[in-house]
Amino acid sequence: MAELLGRKTGVNKGKGGSMHLADFSVGSLGETSIVGSGLPVAAGAGLGAKMLKNGRVSLCFFGDGASNEGTFHESLNIAAIWKLPVIFLCENNGYAITTAATYSVAVKDIARRADGYGIPGEVVDGQDVLAVYDTVSVAVARARKGDGPSLVEAKTYRYMDHAKGLPPVNYRTAEEIAFWKKRDPIGLLREKLLCGVLASQADIEALERQVRREVDAAVAFARESPEPSPEDAFADVYATAIG
Amino acid sequence: MGSVSYLEAIRDDDPVLCFEDGNLWMTKGDVPDRDFVVPLGKAEVKRRGSDVTVFAIAGSVPQALAAAEQAAKEGISVEVIDPRTIKPLDTATVLESVHKTGRFIAVDPAHKSCSIASEIAATVAEEGFWDLKAPVRRVTTPDIHIPFASSMERGLYPTSQRIVEAIHQSMKA
Repeated sequence: MAELLGRKTGVNKGKGGSMHLADFSVGSLGETSIVGSGLPVAAGAGLGAKMLKNGRVSLCFFGDGASNEGTFHESLNIAAIWKLPVIFLCENNGYAITTAATYSVAVKDIARRADGYGIPGEVVDGQDVLAVYDTVSVAVARARKGDGPSLVEAKTYRYMDHAKGLPPVNYRTAEEIAFWKKRDPIGLLREKLLCGVLASQADIEALERQVRREVDAAVAFARESPEPSPEDAFADVYATAIG
Repeated sequence: MGSVSYLEAIRDDDPVLCFEDGNLWMTKGDVPDRDFVVPLGKAEVKRRGSDVTVFAIAGSVPQALAAAEQAAKEGISVEVIDPRTIKPLDTATVLESVHKTGRFIAVDPAHKSCSIASEIAATVAEEGFWDLKAPVRRVTTPDIHIPFASSMERGLYPTSQRIVEAIHQSMKA
């Protein structure tokens, strides 16, 4: 949260913000703001894992819009021919900003694009947390065995606009948004836990309170944190400072 | 402000690239009702002066004008030139100004290495050297990645304060 607010205490000390955030300590190699530019990086990380034989698997998130970029196709191809331990996870929320995937994507299921590279392509209900976990687990096991990459397409949705401050464009219906809100992943998981007696109502409420406390604390910490000073722009950028 | 020249760009027989400076997006200015064009390759002298020539492009033009205003209060007369197009670049107007002032500062929001400021500074050194009373100076964004936090970012671009400092250094030499 401190990083999102550009504070000195953020994981990247305010240099990354929301679009260039990286945290190697948790395996995050970093976000990039260019659509589709994470896929080649993920393929490279997969190549690194394969060469080092460290058993690590590279997991890469991108959207329906990115699946139309050249980098998507190049990355799937090279990961396939070298059998790299990579999972390409497409979060298909139906819209690239305001452009409908039904218009811009030549296939009904992006997962089918895997056929062109001879790798598995699975469609999964992106609103179903456990289904996503299961599908990705299969892909991880395959990657660890050395059998190569997989493409997973999670069908999902975003309720809000792509970004704040965009001009209002009428590109979808209120009914469509309402339909998806009824299938909210958190709500669906809550129902599943309650039905399966894996958790009681009280357990879930306690968990929600705890999460709320953690988020509130993170927001408060971020707001109270100092902003970086102009000279901090020069720190931590190069291993050896260059003039 | 760096007047945009889309009409002239469209009418030109060669492909023309127009660059926008994001720091100018919120700037408002008057536009004539009639069909008007900004000629390609013709600089505009935004302010007349006799002591120092400040060449400024894009978002650094308003900063240079503010610096000139500040310098005027100290009795330093600054000429501000906005080339408006960087290729073709109106070097004749720049060299003529340097011939008059003998001092030259290039201001550019780009990174210092390979910037237009570096290019025009080299041209002035090559072709206007014998007019110079002081070394040419550049006020640019330092060669570092642009960070996210605005508290860091703002200080990297050329500000009127940094241009005033460069004017002082040039006058001292």
